[in-house]
Amino acid sequence: MSTLVFLEHHGSSIQKGSLGVLSKAAAIDPDTSAVLVGSGVAGLAEQAGKYGAKTVFVADGEAVAAPLPQPRVDIVSRLVQEKGFGNVLFAASVLASDVAGGVSARLDAGLNWDLNDLAMDGGALVGKRSALGDTISADVGWTTEPRLALIRAGSFEPKENGGSASVESIGTDLEDFSSKAVMVEQLQEQASGPSIEEADILVTGGRGLGSPEGFQLMEELASAIGGAVASTRAVVDSGWYPYATQIGQTGKVVSPKLYIGCGVSGAIQHKVGMQTSQVIVSINKDPNAPIFDFSDLGVVGDLQAIVPQLTALVKERRGS
Amino acid sequence: MKIAVCVKEVPDPGPNRRIDPGTLKMDRSGDRSLNAYDLNAIEEALRLKEAAGDGEVVLVSLGQAKALDSIRKGLAMGADRAVLVSDEAAAGSDLVATSHVLAEALKAESPDVVLFGQQATDGDGAVMWAAVAERLKMPVVSQISELEVSGGTITAKRQTEFGYDRIQAPLPAVLAVADSLNEPRYPSLKGIMGAKKKPQDVKSLSDVGVDASRAGEAGSRTTVVSLSPPQGRGDSRKIEDDGSAAQQILDFLVERKLV
Ligand SMILES: Cc1cc2nc3c(=O)[nH]c(=O)nc-3n(C[C@H](O)[C@H](O)[C@H](O)COP(=O)(O)OP(=O)(O)OC[C@H]3O[C@@H](n4cnc5c(N)ncnc54)[C@H](O)[C@@H]3O)c2cc1C
Ligand SMILES: Nc1ncnc2c1ncn2[C@@H]1O[C@H](COP(=O)(O)O)[C@@H](O)[C@H]1O
Repeated sequence: MSTLVFLEHHGSSIQKGSLGVLSKAAAIDPDTSAVLVGSGVAGLAEQAGKYGAKTVFVADGEAVAAPLPQPRVDIVSRLVQEKGFGNVLFAASVLASDVAGGVSARLDAGLNWDLNDLAMDGGALVGKRSALGDTISADVGWTTEPRLALIRAGSFEPKENGGSASVESIGTDLEDFSSKAVMVEQLQEQASGPSIEEADILVTGGRGLGSPEGFQLMEELASAIGGAVASTRAVVDSGWYPYATQIGQTGKVVSPKLYIGCGVSGAIQHKVGMQTSQVIVSINKDPNAPIFDFSDLGVVGDLQAIVPQLTALVKERRGS
Repeated sequence: MKIAVCVKEVPDPGPNRRIDPGTLKMDRSGDRSLNAYDLNAIEEALRLKEAAGDGEVVLVSLGQAKALDSIRKGLAMGADRAVLVSDEAAAGSDLVATSHVLAEALKAESPDVVLFGQQATDGDGAVMWAAVAERLKMPVVSQISELEVSGGTITAKRQTEFGYDRIQAPLPAVLAVADSLNEPRYPSLKGIMGAKKKPQDVKSLSDVGVDASRAGEAGSRTTVVSLSPPQGRGDSRKIEDDGSAAQQILDFLVERKLV
């Protein structure tokens, strides 16, 4: 058995999630290699050796500079076919998910996603995942090789358990259709405003607020209780609140003492950013909202009525 | 412009949603509806057609025959017709098998745009479009929160872990939309009445040219080995607001020494 780990990088470093998956892979399969695709990435290969990669395959070129999935599908698929890797592992991200989905179709290879652990069972890879909004957990497997897996963000911490990797350069030839999508612009979001990562209490507003003005309710409650305001991707993408306040897979991971969700459905990609909160309180008018499955106190009701009352009660209690 | 929208019927959220411990498959016997995230894709398709001034919106799905009941909601919103691939031999299809069936059904339609929702609430994979685009050999852009189409080119904005990308691609293309892209319209009464009369083709695997060995369990490459209940969150409480919810939240916070 041999394993290939897809390494995602941003700027001049490899993503922590990728290094975590690489460390785990090397711990369960000594024959683990990695692949890096991008422009000017050869220098990062050495870093990967420290986390357990025996060989790092590097596809370096202008044609693959932009972080777009389809060129990576070409390169990873070809590498897997040539070297016959048994397992191909990805740390989940917007980019890696699209790469994994493409490789799955190209190679007709099974893909298990949202795994939070990996193990070897008598020489066979077994994935662990939770399903249905984490209401059940499952052991999943593959019926053929290569076995593809997307690992949930934050599942494995990077560990320096390796040495130095040998670096092997590979080609960047692309299929015609793979280079049709082009990156026009990459906008870095400025993180302005208070950091939600440091706050002990987070009052989180979701699309259930109904409008950007709804965030005033969040700000009033946050100021009464002594917390900061956080948000979901749905409201950030709608331009209701700044990206710097977004919790979740593509936002921040937070563990406040108290998380209060108002009009937040609790989609899995939001949950992965806040599930380690010590106490979770949620207000949602839909009794079947997934967030109730992981709330310490769930309130079925209209936030427009409840939040102003709660703000007033908290103010009274704190004498402010 | 011809737009195909891939839509899926899913089990309603709530206590009845479960995996059958005997078969290790999703229990599809309870209440079901159209995947909520697919409504954003249907809405966007209708807007693209309206902006182009002409065209057709076709809903494409793989599912049980009774899934038509859910899919009709998309017709009521304004889609022109539906194609449902339904076949005993397709039961239990995973990503490899489903993407193959959908791609074959889509090839027969030759759409200019293939739209997907952001995720299916039963599997939360958010990977289907990438596999289908690969099989159709079309460019793909996912997680789209802003979309412009002009002169045979799409420009899309999307959120990543690092900020926002702006990506361009020529048509035909596969596009997956984020739930923030638009607000799905409610079907009108007229739309609901009219939906029943719109063309709804139920096709077998052989109708779309798929060999049974490439669908269902035979065509799948992943398995569920075993199930176990996850660790709960301990003594969680759920209350219904009767006017005293704010007070009950405060009491809870005081009890936990959080206020
Ligand atoms: C690859 C990927 C990455 C993602 N990354 C992230 C991420 O980083 N962070 C993130 O948050 N999401 C992320 N998402 C999106 C995620 O799947 C959800 O779409 C998003 O979290 C939904 O946000 P929401 O809860 O605000 O909105 P919705 O899901 O629309 O929920 C709104 C809720 O408000 C309730 N409501 C409405 N009105 C009221 C009222 N008056 N009173 C009380 N309740 C009310 C409704 O019942 C509903 O449950 C990602 C998705 C994908 C596919
Ligand atoms: N069986 C199916 N039939 C049609 N479309 C599907 C099916 N499964 C998934 N999709 C589409 O793929 C999107 C993402 O699904 P998933 O990758 O399963 O989370 C959904 O929003 C649908 O647009």
